[in-house]
Amino acid sequence: MITFESVTKRYPDGTVAVDRLSLEAPTGEITVLVGPSGCGKTTSLRMINRMIDATEGRILLDGEPVQGIDPPTLRRGIGYVIQQAGLFPHRKIVDNVATVPYLLGWDRKKARGRAMELLERVGLDPALARRYPFQLSGGQQQRVGVARALAADPPVLLMDEPFSAVDPIVRTNLQDELLRLQSELNKTIVFVTHDIDEAIKLGDRVAVLRVGGTLAQVADPKTLLSEPADDFVREFLGHDRGIRRLQFVSTEALRLRTDLTVPEGGAGGASGEPWLLVVTGDGRPVGWRSGERPGELEPYGTFVHGRDSMRTALDAALLSPSGCAVAVDEEGRVVGVATRRALDEALAEAADG
Amino acid sequence: MNWLLSFFGWLGEFFGDADNWTGSGGIPARLLEHLQFSALALVLAMLIAVPLGLLIGHTGRGEVIVVVSANLARALPTLGLLVMFVLLLGASSIWPVIIPLVLLSVPPILVNTFEGIRGVDPELRDAAYGMGLRGGQVLGRVLVPVALPLILLGCRLSAIQVVATTTVAAYTGLGGLGRYVIDGYATKDYASVVGGSVLIVLFALVVQVLFALLQRVTVSPGVSRRLKVR
Ligand SMILES: Nc1ncnc2c1ncn2[C@@H]1O[C@H](COP(=O)(O)OP(=O)(O)O)[C@@H](O)[C@H]1O
Ligand SMILES: [Mg+2]
Repeated sequence: MITFESVTKRYPDGTVAVDRLSLEAPTGEITVLVGPSGCGKTTSLRMINRMIDATEGRILLDGEPVQGIDPPTLRRGIGYVIQQAGLFPHRKIVDNVATVPYLLGWDRKKARGRAMELLERVGLDPALARRYPFQLSGGQQQRVGVARALAADPPVLLMDEPFSAVDPIVRTNLQDELLRLQSELNKTIVFVTHDIDEAIKLGDRVAVLRVGGTLAQVADPKTLLSEPADDFVREFLGHDRGIRRLQFVSTEALRLRTDLTVPEGGAGGASGEPWLLVVTGDGRPVGWRSGERPGELEPYGTFVHGRDSMRTALDAALLSPSGCAVAVDEEGRVVGVATRRALDEALAEAADG
Repeated sequence: MNWLLSFFGWLGEFFGDADNWTGSGGIPARLLEHLQFSALALVLAMLIAVPLGLLIGHTGRGEVIVVVSANLARALPTLGLLVMFVLLLGASSIWPVIIPLVLLSVPPILVNTFEGIRGVDPELRDAAYGMGLRGGQVLGRVLVPVALPLILLGCRLSAIQVVATTTVAAYTGLGGLGRYVIDGYATKDYASVVGGSVLIVLFALVVQVLFALLQRVTVSPGVSRRLKVR
């Protein structure tokens, strides 16, 4: 666990970047620091590994004040990922990843073996190991940055806007990858971003900072969206808070109907229902057939029942003229249909709780 | 066309003369002298300027030394410096020649080394510290390899300059390829003047090539971005 105890940072020019910040980043969780530019996120993060020293207050790492630890030693035990990756241009990818193991005195073979293992872990082709950083795309470099931070298996990972310089599709991939990695590794991660959506997606806990370096609110994403502490947080969260909150509501309790499907090629449709879902022999959706125009198939939207959120289910319903969402299992086979009424009930429930 | 003919005539005369290939005034001996003076001056200059440039670039302290040395290099006349040292130290040793050569070679190396180190992307330096490298490791393992092209450029500029300036050593009665040029003028032996000049030019070219090779071998392909495409 990382603990900020009333930490203040005053730069020599008098700027107070962080003002009496008290905060905890629990072990094994992702704590996101989010806020507008200049609110002291980077400064807060860098005080943890002593790239910057706090002016007042203490930062504890599992109860031990970091101020008492020799900075290089401290940093070798903390993974650090920055925006531009900061890879060493003169070293091959594999040696970049092995930087900290080399520093810790591992022998070359073991360090490189570990590096190869990590490249694979972060989803990179091992053939890239022998390239130099300039031969990689921005997204690939960022993955290498993550692999390098993990190389010596540090319990703590600090990430400063690691995904903000890559394009949106790659960013989404990297975010998903990080969540997947975290579910395997359970590191204590402090993640800095100015993007509230990223914060809500990644954070187990989200700390919203305001300019001047004070803490506005710290809460889990769902609470943040439903109960913003003040106008600043409300404004920072932006529009569509209600809709976005649905991404934390499970579809598990969603009532599904299983009597609305008909096999492909089969007649069916005599039930008097306005819409029926046509499915293949092995249970995959084909399209919606309306009672009015049985000859045509209309588009459908799916969500994975129990795994995807209510937001995805609602989105799936809105994609189809039938107004119903198709529930599938992990393999993409239809398990049922969520009708408007079922969605409506679930939404009413979500609004209450 | 006339001058071209006489040029080649003189070249043929100079290089064809068997006497010019042997003894203490022969081409091999003069080449060796030239090489010795140039190399000694360059190595001394590098021993002074590279560590100083690294230190100033890395710590950011003493930048004024770099500025002053760069300006002095532009202001000081080579020949004047040489004559001054000969007058001060006498012409009996090589030092009156070597010292001005070193003084002239230091600034290009110092300036380029300093700029090379200081010009390294601050993000990269930051990442290096963030990984847990200590100050010396950051310098040796990251900054120097990345700044190496500029450091070598400084050395190469100095080397070319030293090779050319060593010619002047002949004024003081010391050896080197300059003897052919200076003695040739004095005795109106134009074959010697032309032959000596050509040797000096060739020598400078060889130095250039050697530095290009050195650069290839020592600079990481990741920095030079020179790479075989697979
Ligand atoms: N080295 C510095 N010297 C003076 N002021 C600084 C320095 N670094 C950052 N600041 C100031 O401190 C505040 C917080 O900066 P920073 O932590 O980088 O914010 P963020 O990462 O949230 O954008 C800003 O006002 C910034 O201008
Ligand atoms: Mg920042």
